[in-house]
Amino acid sequence: MIEVESLTKQFGTKIAVNNLSFTVQKGEVLGFLGPNGAGKSTTMRMITGFFPPSSGDAKVCGISIVENPAAAKTKIGYLPESAPLYNDMTVTGFLKFCASIRGLSGSAKNDAVERAIETCFLNSVALQSIDTLSKGYRHRTCLAQALLHDPEVLILDEPTDGLDPNQKYEVRQLIKRLGKTKAILFSTHILEEVEASCTRAVIVDRGVIVADGTPAELLEQSGTGSLTDLFRAVTSSDTEAAA
Amino acid sequence: MSSCTIYKRELSSYFSQPTAYAIIVIFLLLSTGLSFSFGKFMTIGDASLEWSFFFWHPWIYMLLAPAVGMRLWADEQRTGTIELLGTFPVSTWSAIVGKFFAAATVWLLALILTFPIMLTVNYLGEPDNGAILAGYLGSFLVCCTFLAITMLVSACTRDQVVCLIVSVAICVTMVLCGYDDFTREFGKAASPAIVEAVISMGVWNHFSSLNRGLFRLQDVVWFVTFIFACLLGTSAILSAKRS
Repeated sequence: MIEVESLTKQFGTKIAVNNLSFTVQKGEVLGFLGPNGAGKSTTMRMITGFFPPSSGDAKVCGISIVENPAAAKTKIGYLPESAPLYNDMTVTGFLKFCASIRGLSGSAKNDAVERAIETCFLNSVALQSIDTLSKGYRHRTCLAQALLHDPEVLILDEPTDGLDPNQKYEVRQLIKRLGKTKAILFSTHILEEVEASCTRAVIVDRGVIVADGTPAELLEQSGTGSLTDLFRAVTSSDTEAAA
Repeated sequence: MSSCTIYKRELSSYFSQPTAYAIIVIFLLLSTGLSFSFGKFMTIGDASLEWSFFFWHPWIYMLLAPAVGMRLWADEQRTGTIELLGTFPVSTWSAIVGKFFAAATVWLLALILTFPIMLTVNYLGEPDNGAILAGYLGSFLVCCTFLAITMLVSACTRDQVVCLIVSVAICVTMVLCGYDDFTREFGKAASPAIVEAVISMGVWNHFSSLNRGLFRLQDVVWFVTFIFACLLGTSAILSAKRS
């Protein structure tokens, strides 16, 4: 469903993502791990068609995001890192706008909005203005936007960032549930999340993949049975990078 | 289709916040106020709106049009919603067109609301209404030109204040460039060729003839070309920012 082929992104002289390749199959939830600045968000922005790659390609359901971005984008639901929203709209108004832009109209649009509101537990704030929402609700509103058109591929950039433990649990359950029928790529720094909801995980550092496997394989690879140890062993910290 | 969705969202956003109301009220107060005071609408005894009314429009637009256009892309970049827009299956161009027409609609409404002055002049005398309509067209085109400039500037920055200041500076220059008193003074210091070039950059050259009721195709073409070039520039800047 998602095929990333030698994706590279260069900003000036800095290489943010270096020749990255991986695939995510239908029914798979791939955890995308790595320290801050490892190139996770940049990779996701390239797969979703926001950034054009410097070289390489990403195919979504077999459609190249470089050659046919408009068609590829219809297959993707994307939750950007900071969950950006139009603050002057209401939750329902925003979701209706996103649904229209996705080409839905009439009762199909209303049904999609209703379904997304229910899936993301937004009933109580559906008519509220977005600028009055708490962080958890903002995140879920943006997640609802990604689910509107029932996409085959979901790309979630830190979907649990800033949520309280209850909300984190809900989102993980949701990812697990959706993962049965979709291909999901989500990034996180929370290692326990990998064991909780991923079928596979890759760790990236400075734009390259340094570990790849199922959670069980990664635990084995760590030697100590702790993902944190493996993470620390294969990635470089900020302080080292600066030195 | 997607332009239309974006147009509707932008327009409702103008009217769900105080922006549009404030701008329209200030415009109406200034345009009628200036007509009746400095424009000497009552004492001049001329049944046309050329000097008393339309003459003031570029001066008002150079300050107020950027206030309407400044948020178009600056806000989108500041809040990160540009990432949503960039990953929806819509082209940058249709977003630009939708946003531009939304801002232009706010101004069209403001201009329509000046209708009492047209009724007044018809009540007091027998004006050439065709000439007045040409004046309205010229005025609207000047406004759209300033909006297009503001849009171009707003694509460059995420800060609305910077966008406002830079756009106002450009618009003021364009108003002063072709203004008689200014060009006379400028003509003493520079060669005629340079003065000619400067005048051609100003709006008066093209606005004045429409304002006099003289519909010349070349003026309309000049405005439309200028607007189109600014929108193309906006598209180029937005694309360049991502790569």
